[in-house]
Amino acid sequence: MTDHNKRIPTQHVIGFALSIALTLLAAWTALGSNLSTMWIISSIMILAVIQAGIQLFMFMHVVESDSHNGHVPWNMMFHGAVLAAILVAGSLFVMSFGFTHDHDGENHEQHEQQDSGDHSDMDMEGDGEHEGH
Amino acid sequence: MQLDEFFVTGEPLIYGGMVSIALVTIAILFILTYFKKWGWLWREWLTTVDHKKIGVMYILSALAMLFRGGVDAMMMRVQLAFPNMNFLNAQHYDEIFTTHGTVMIIFMAMPFLIGLMNIIVPLQIGARDFAFPYLNALSFWSFLFGAMLFNISFVIGGSPDAGWTSYTPLAGAAMSPGPGQNFYLMGLQLSGIGTLATGINLMVTILKMRAPKMKMFQMPIFTWSTLITSFIIVFAFPILTVALALMTLDRIFGAQFFTLTGEGMPMMWANLFWMWGHPEVYIVILPAFGIFSEVICTFARKQLFGYKAMVWAIILIAGLSFLVWVHHFFTMGAGAFVNSVFSISTMLIAVPTGVKIFNWLGTLYKSKIKNTVAMMWALAFIPSFVIGGVTGVMLGMASADYQFHNTYFLVAHFHYVLIAGTVFACFSGLVFWYPKMFGHKLNERIGKWSFWFFVIGFHVCFFPQYFVGLDGMPRRVFTIIPEWMPLNIISTIGAFGMGAGFAIFVFCILYSYRYSEREKSGDSWGDGRTLEWATPTPVPFYNFATLPEIDSQDAYVKLKEEGRTTFEEDKLEPIHMPNNTGQPIIMMGFLFFASFGLVFEWMWMAIAFLIAGLIMMVVRSFDYDEGYHVEVDEIKRIERSARGL
Ligand code: HEM
Ligand SMILES: [Cu+2]
Repeated sequence: MTDHNKRIPTQHVIGFALSIALTLLAAWTALGSNLSTMWIISSIMILAVIQAGIQLFMFMHVVESDSHNGHVPWNMMFHGAVLAAILVAGSLFVMSFGFTHDHDGENHEQHEQQDSGDHSDMDMEGDGEHEGH
Repeated sequence: MQLDEFFVTGEPLIYGGMVSIALVTIAILFILTYFKKWGWLWREWLTTVDHKKIGVMYILSALAMLFRGGVDAMMMRVQLAFPNMNFLNAQHYDEIFTTHGTVMIIFMAMPFLIGLMNIIVPLQIGARDFAFPYLNALSFWSFLFGAMLFNISFVIGGSPDAGWTSYTPLAGAAMSPGPGQNFYLMGLQLSGIGTLATGINLMVTILKMRAPKMKMFQMPIFTWSTLITSFIIVFAFPILTVALALMTLDRIFGAQFFTLTGEGMPMMWANLFWMWGHPEVYIVILPAFGIFSEVICTFARKQLFGYKAMVWAIILIAGLSFLVWVHHFFTMGAGAFVNSVFSISTMLIAVPTGVKIFNWLGTLYKSKIKNTVAMMWALAFIPSFVIGGVTGVMLGMASADYQFHNTYFLVAHFHYVLIAGTVFACFSGLVFWYPKMFGHKLNERIGKWSFWFFVIGFHVCFFPQYFVGLDGMPRRVFTIIPEWMPLNIISTIGAFGMGAGFAIFVFCILYSYRYSEREKSGDSWGDGRTLEWATPTPVPFYNFATLPEIDSQDAYVKLKEEGRTTFEEDKLEPIHMPNNTGQPIIMMGFLFFASFGLVFEWMWMAIAFLIAGLIMMVVRSFDYDEGYHVEVDEIKRIERSARGL
């Protein structure tokens, strides 16, 4: 239980303000700045990591000590990470055929989604009508 | 937008719907006003944070949704038995199978089970409420408002018609313009908030608020299945939330995640949907397994056979449920290797499920069975569910699934698991715990009638669908060829049998309310094994006057042997309880209107109510309501009168 007598939860308010600020900054980076795509992606990634850190430390009790159920926040984060891995790796594995979209049918290697920035050809082939395969 | 675009026009059936909605609303308003019940409704129900009352509201809403989904089902069956009568046209049929599926899974099955969990889990572990009672009320209102938003679509704006799976590109803005599909997105998003919050709430409640000394491996099996289900909810629902949000961005704000144009990937929707969707089917079956386990060991009057195996089987099923999703789209074209991997994982999941079947059989073996209605539902479940499971494994073989996929064979499979599993469990659990909730039993004789009508109707309805599916009848068609007629007519007859069973069940509730004997003891069946039966009936609002120390499984069996109760006068202390609050219903009401605005893409409305919702959250953040204490004298008075001392 947190301290009930404290009227203003300073830490939470700071955390909240910081996360809003970071979100606005990220939105501006993506929409308003003139940075190159590479820089935009890397800077919003960095902002995301900072954001996650703020959430974990200011709201989500990662610094709390062990209880008799083990260290619950770490435990949950571990399972969350496993799930995220399943999600990302699983989707890449399953959808790999959908990322391939060359008309000539020769170059059927897998592209990462980021690459598809320079392939402006996510076309009808990608929608599931793979009669010929 | 003109008024005639706002309301759905031109369908006599829908006009009928509008008239009945108007009449029922007027009747309710009239009754509340005439009997001066508004204050009572607000104080006792709309602002309550008591897990038992919230549970009751969940179950009542779920029964209403079962009725709505059931009417949809009957209409589809009538259309398929008399395809030339033009009862429903193609468009209307599409809307009805979409709302039927969505309502049944999201607004019937889950809330029904969550309602039972609400009432029973705190009682089973010796807790006085949920860990976060305010959040629990918030969850309920989010579900109810989400459900209402989805349900009004058929009179206002038009229902979604792209199936409960809402595959893109069909469900995208290009091919499904208008508000219909938005109702699906916002209805699910709104109620999803509540589901996720309930998952967290139950998890914390079970991990942190068990009676003194109760170990994890001494928890009743329904509580175990609830705990694991909460984990699946917490891990699976965010996937749905994100997928829905992405499609909302597509449809309302012109993004291109799942579109055919602009590098969208329509199939990514199917992928994300089933990453949530398969765990979801386990969310609705695991609690059902828990209910059957409780009912079976109570009325077989034996300890559950293989308790530990049972728990590990549930955990294993939960883990595997995140690794099989592709079996829902083997035919999408992912290729032989991908399909083989998921084919194998799918078959693996049948193994722990099989283990559980043997646990139940082992519990029943050589026991003295008491043939109550609750037990009959549980007994009917075992063979029926086996049929569903076996055909599931058949569907899991990727190559064979190219034949079965999207035929009535699939339809038969999932109704065999969902009805024989989840729906039977809801009936069984409701009948079983009814005396705890309402202070009197349901009439057993009428209950048996409803049971037989429903179970026989169920098999008559769905067994033929396996064969008509093998004959090639696809799902989601509104008209059929003559070869499929005979089996379809049989199906429709069965469906009406189930309808009759449900009607009898409702009659049974009304009849028992009037005529059933009121319960005098807390252990209504005389064979209670777990802590909920140790409380007096009706359960005092604080549940337990004193918390017993638990040192074994089947805690109440031990208490009974030792002659102890949950009212040890010398150990009484004041009990800390939360205050009622109107904030949850108001906050969710605002979000309802915000969602409604988004559905019609009226941004001023969405933004205004979103801000109102945020203000409510700020209000909550600075709300220091500490609750109140129930004094020892009052506890004594309540317990003495409840226990007839
Ligand atoms: C023995 C375990 C099970 C196996 C091996 C299994 C396998 C499958 C497979 C392979 C499909 C996809 C078939 C197709 O689309 O062609 C499927 C569909 C489905 N299953 Fe199961 N299943 C099992 C248990 C369950 C349970 C317990 C439930 C829910 C309570 C369930 C609910 C569903 C639903 C709702 C669908 C169809 C969804 C749709 O396309 O609309 N299944 N099952
Ligand atoms: Cu599945």
